[in-house]
Amino acid sequence: MMQRRRIVRWVVALFVLHAAVACAGFLAPYDPVQQDREHVYSAPMRIHFVEHGRMRLRPFFYAQRLREGSYNLFEEDTERAIPVDFLVTGAPYRLLGLVVCRRHLFGVQGARLYLLGSDGFGRDQLSRILYGGQLSLLSGLLGAACTVFFSALIGTLAGFYGGWRDALLMRLAELFLALPWLYLLFALRAFLPLSVSPTKAFLLVVVVLAAVGWARPARLVRGVVLSVKERDFVRAARGFGAGDAYLVRHHILPETRSVLLTQSAILVPQFVLAEMTLSFLGLGIPEPVPSWGNLLGILQQYSVLVSYWWMYLPALAIVPFFVGYQGLANALHEDEATAKIDG
Amino acid sequence: MRYLARRLAQAALLLLGVSILTFLFSALAPGNYLDDMRLNPQISAATLAALRAQYDLDRPLPLRYARWMNSVAHGELGYSFAYNSPVAPLLWMRARNTLLLTLTAMLLAWALALPLGIWSAEKRGGLPDRAVSLATATLMVVPDLVLALGLLILAARSGWFPTGGMVSVDFAELSSAGKFRDLALHMALPVAALVLSALPTLVRHIRAAVGDALTAPFLRAAMAHGISRRKLLYRYALRAAANPLISLFGFSVGALLSGSLIVEIVMSWPGLGPLLLEAILARDLYVVIGGVLFSTVFLVCGNFLADMLLYWADPRIRAR
Repeated sequence: MMQRRRIVRWVVALFVLHAAVACAGFLAPYDPVQQDREHVYSAPMRIHFVEHGRMRLRPFFYAQRLREGSYNLFEEDTERAIPVDFLVTGAPYRLLGLVVCRRHLFGVQGARLYLLGSDGFGRDQLSRILYGGQLSLLSGLLGAACTVFFSALIGTLAGFYGGWRDALLMRLAELFLALPWLYLLFALRAFLPLSVSPTKAFLLVVVVLAAVGWARPARLVRGVVLSVKERDFVRAARGFGAGDAYLVRHHILPETRSVLLTQSAILVPQFVLAEMTLSFLGLGIPEPVPSWGNLLGILQQYSVLVSYWWMYLPALAIVPFFVGYQGLANALHEDEATAKIDG
Repeated sequence: MRYLARRLAQAALLLLGVSILTFLFSALAPGNYLDDMRLNPQISAATLAALRAQYDLDRPLPLRYARWMNSVAHGELGYSFAYNSPVAPLLWMRARNTLLLTLTAMLLAWALALPLGIWSAEKRGGLPDRAVSLATATLMVVPDLVLALGLLILAARSGWFPTGGMVSVDFAELSSAGKFRDLALHMALPVAALVLSALPTLVRHIRAAVGDALTAPFLRAAMAHGISRRKLLYRYALRAAANPLISLFGFSVGALLSGSLIVEIVMSWPGLGPLLLEAILARDLYVVIGGVLFSTVFLVCGNFLADMLLYWADPRIRAR
């Protein structure tokens, strides 16, 4: 029972994190591709509550001005305090990709607020991180869903029918497991088209991820199927005249559920990271559409790496998701272990 | 010995399978290296046709594979379009650097993980155990790309370590002690990234394996006989835990190779990683296949080494 509660807690935490990214349009103050060439590489701005020694009810920030004698360093102009407004109307966006909406959690008038700085085109880093998470997470989730589906199919096929199918599929799985997985990912990506539209690139990444990841879960599913199909209740069902399809659907697949759940909790963050790696190297989702990986790509330029530390922030966005998924995977795994002991 | 021979045969079959698999992938490839050449008005259609014939690009896949196997037998591993030379020497030059990096990282990671894992298994539930668990849990949630980039920014801002390459510009003029120092300084950052990303998994598994051995009934019996704790731990528990740890060693080779691919590219270490990335972007088919094959060879070597260690450490396997 304790385990169940832990699982629920991690699921809720993960749901909140994903919801924040899914509602990027509402939480982000700006459109992720809107440029502001006047404020290129602006450092993260500070939010103030005290102006000239007086406490203000509404948080505000100071407008930026160029530092004297500089062309790219900004400083706060303490004469111009700009209040932060909440629930303002701003750039239109589609909430959850469906409803057109203009309401943002916060925004300002007359200037642009860069809470996490801006990039080389003056695009808001916070908005780009939030929007970038949508594609990164979606590719991870879709990739994991595909992988789980195919590995359940392959594992059941191999375990249930055995014989030459089992031998063939499992040798193939061993081949995929033998390669270091990043090399495998690269090899697969190498032989697919290089410059494609963002949508195609996204689908490509998902397919490549699924093709790389199927082997381990498929082997685990096969193991479960092998043990389940010899259990008495399955034999009994077969004795009553149940066909293969019925047996698989009603008796065998339900038993693989906990393995598949644990595996998907392991696969999702791994796949999100893989998408990040591919896009970081320019092999995944291309600019100007933001994803966590291609936001980091700019760091390959040494001058950016040295001067603008806030360009590194997208890398940290994945860490809470890793914490959540690892916690969930551990909780699921322990639940699986105790379930085995109980019966 | 039959056990080792069987393992060797399995490894050879695996390599064959991997080469066939990568060749099958390559058949999916739309376009090839010559596509870029076609855009160049200075290269005539006749030259292109000659090149296509020379590289067998028009032939069916099985024939290309046979040709390639022939070149493997001659120690060439195919031909690189971009470098205009056989692939094997090209790969070998880079693979040496990758090996230097991964072997150093491997030694360091195990040298750190073994005492940490044993220590926290021995003091299970105590303060050191909890400190080590917290540290590994923290490292676990920081993926290698994030870690490598973070270290690079740290180095770039502090200026403590050089931030790219393998040696300094004036490397050739340095004394041998100076050369060693220079190389070590350049290696520090990528090795640190690899060690830190490999460490948490290693420590956790070592802790679990040693912990299991420490609670085994035979060890309780030994304890009841009054054998000292130190002797129990090092003489008996470690030996019993050796089996899973050696398997872990084989597994850690693969993880380190994957990790080093990304770390090399981020830190511009002239290993297989950057070469592979260049080859992908240039559609340099045989270099990609060769790179994947090289990494598999390393992995297979690591696993074979683990098998040999197991054979030596576990009498049950020898008896089989």
